[in-house]
Amino acid sequence: MAEFLNRIATKGDAAAFRDLFEIYAPRVKAYMMRQGADPATAEELAQETLLTVWRKANLYSGDRGNATTWIFTIARNLRIDKLRKETTWVELPEGRDEEASDDPLPDERAEVKERQKRVQAALAQLPADQHEVVVLSYIEGLTHSQIAERLRLPLGTVKSRMRLAYLKIREAVEDLK
Amino acid sequence: MTIAHHPGLENLMSCSAGSMPEAFAAVMASHIGMCPVCRMELVLMHDIGVELFSSLAPSPLAGKIPIMAMHRAEAETGGNAAPGRSPDGLTAGGMPVILVQYAGDELDKVAWRRLAPGVQHFPIALSAGAKGNLRLLKIAAGRAIPAHGHRGSELTLVLRGSFRDETGLYGVGDVADHFDETEHQPVADPEGGCVCLVASEKKFRFKSVVAKLFQPFTGL
Repeated sequence: MAEFLNRIATKGDAAAFRDLFEIYAPRVKAYMMRQGADPATAEELAQETLLTVWRKANLYSGDRGNATTWIFTIARNLRIDKLRKETTWVELPEGRDEEASDDPLPDERAEVKERQKRVQAALAQLPADQHEVVVLSYIEGLTHSQIAERLRLPLGTVKSRMRLAYLKIREAVEDLK
Repeated sequence: MTIAHHPGLENLMSCSAGSMPEAFAAVMASHIGMCPVCRMELVLMHDIGVELFSSLAPSPLAGKIPIMAMHRAEAETGGNAAPGRSPDGLTAGGMPVILVQYAGDELDKVAWRRLAPGVQHFPIALSAGAKGNLRLLKIAAGRAIPAHGHRGSELTLVLRGSFRDETGLYGVGDVADHFDETEHQPVADPEGGCVCLVASEKKFRFKSVVAKLFQPFTGL
């Protein structure tokens, strides 16, 4: 994917954009629908996400994290801005933190891959009740109070499930830091 | 600045997910700008979001892929690699950088409004649909901080001075993360007082409780 982005960035390669669009736009659309957008709005937001990628491709550099991370970040911000019509107070690092990538290690790319693999595995191994609250937060965009309401749980239970889920995932990658 | 009290990890996750109610996200973002520890956690939390996003079943598009060649002319060129605002701590005047456009860049020049003896505030407007509220709160030395048998969540970040309650001492950069019905009675630093940024879920009900809560702190 990074290769597509580099071709878009350096050559304005419309064919590369087309490939990228075919891969990512349907996924962004699915994300927006899970976040509560109707199909037409979700599709518009998917288009807008990918158009942002097109416009900003020259700001992307392969060592700042992978294309999926970057596209997801754009989609997440667009959702807050357009779907919730709120200010995006907490900006996310687009890729790795600058403090971390100032000093790129030769095997950093391998390490990123390894971390993704472990996060994936740790997520898959979460107890169902913990996995559920994480998905409701990240994919359905619910606040803790809304999750508590949806699942008919005390707010404190939702919060402790989120925390436990994170601690397990963090433990799974601890030695990579 | 040594930060002793961080917000709950679950609240950082909610920020990473983009699911934090706006007033709370503003307090979190102000803290994150001051706190490298929480910034590191956010990096990993972001990986969780990316992973979940990657595993979504794609939803086919009804429309066509836009033709891009036409638009290339409007491509953005070079420049700043960080789009949007990125929080990086406090201004020289003690204001979280991300709040400058709402409240100016110096705590000393905020247009404080008197709320009660020894207590001033400056409400910060949120987006039209946002619930809860966000304000700067300035408490005179030794005063009790009001509105604390709270109903609903509350998140407080210290910007200047300190306060103390049953759970400890909160200095600059520290976050008091109260989501339940905890009864607590924070008291501003007996010498320097305290300036905080406070998000709360429910409207403050100062007027009705002012008389009860605002006795000057005389215990020291």
